[in-house]
Amino acid sequence: MTLELSHFSAALLFSIFASVVFGITQRSATRDMVRYGLYCFVLFLGGVLLAGWVMWFLRH
Amino acid sequence: MANSPATKNVAERAEGSQPITNMSVIVPAVAWLIPGAGHLMQKRWIRGVLLMVSIVTMFVLGLLMDGRVYRPNGGDILDILGFIGDVGAGGLYIVTRAMDWGQGAIAHATADYGTKFLIVAGLLNFISVADAYHIAIGKKP
Repeated sequence: MTLELSHFSAALLFSIFASVVFGITQRSATRDMVRYGLYCFVLFLGGVLLAGWVMWFLRH
Repeated sequence: MANSPATKNVAERAEGSQPITNMSVIVPAVAWLIPGAGHLMQKRWIRGVLLMVSIVTMFVLGLLMDGRVYRPNGGDILDILGFIGDVGAGGLYIVTRAMDWGQGAIAHATADYGTKFLIVAGLLNFISVADAYHIAIGKKP
């Protein structure tokens, strides 16, 4: 069985799991963990979208 | 004399060092072998489950995407680093090697993502192990 994800869905899954681990391990208080995890998730996905648009503009 | 700068420095260093306990040795080993188990052992149930689900799912997705599992090697630096990343997954890596999974030829773009998922799952487990150790020595609540 081979799983073929799109570029975006692969990046989305990567962002979710990495953000969860970063949030838990890099902060001490529960509230801070949630906030930092969300911050990492937004940066991951924002970076993907930004890089995507930069590549689109370079191509056109 | 007792309060000289040299004596003070030694005292500060002694306060900063942590005593070696059974937990501070066993927890990192178990945490490496089973992702999230280091937290579960210390009754951090939610954190442990979230770490376990995240790392195991990422590793399994990597395998399902036909990602490559690196073997011990002394060749290209990227291959060596790939092995170090993979081996971070502990028990998952051992089982994968024992079952001879992750050895297919990379035939599509997703397979390369799979390879990265496998490596990052291992690296995230290294971070998880360090966190479990910090809880064990009382450095983190």
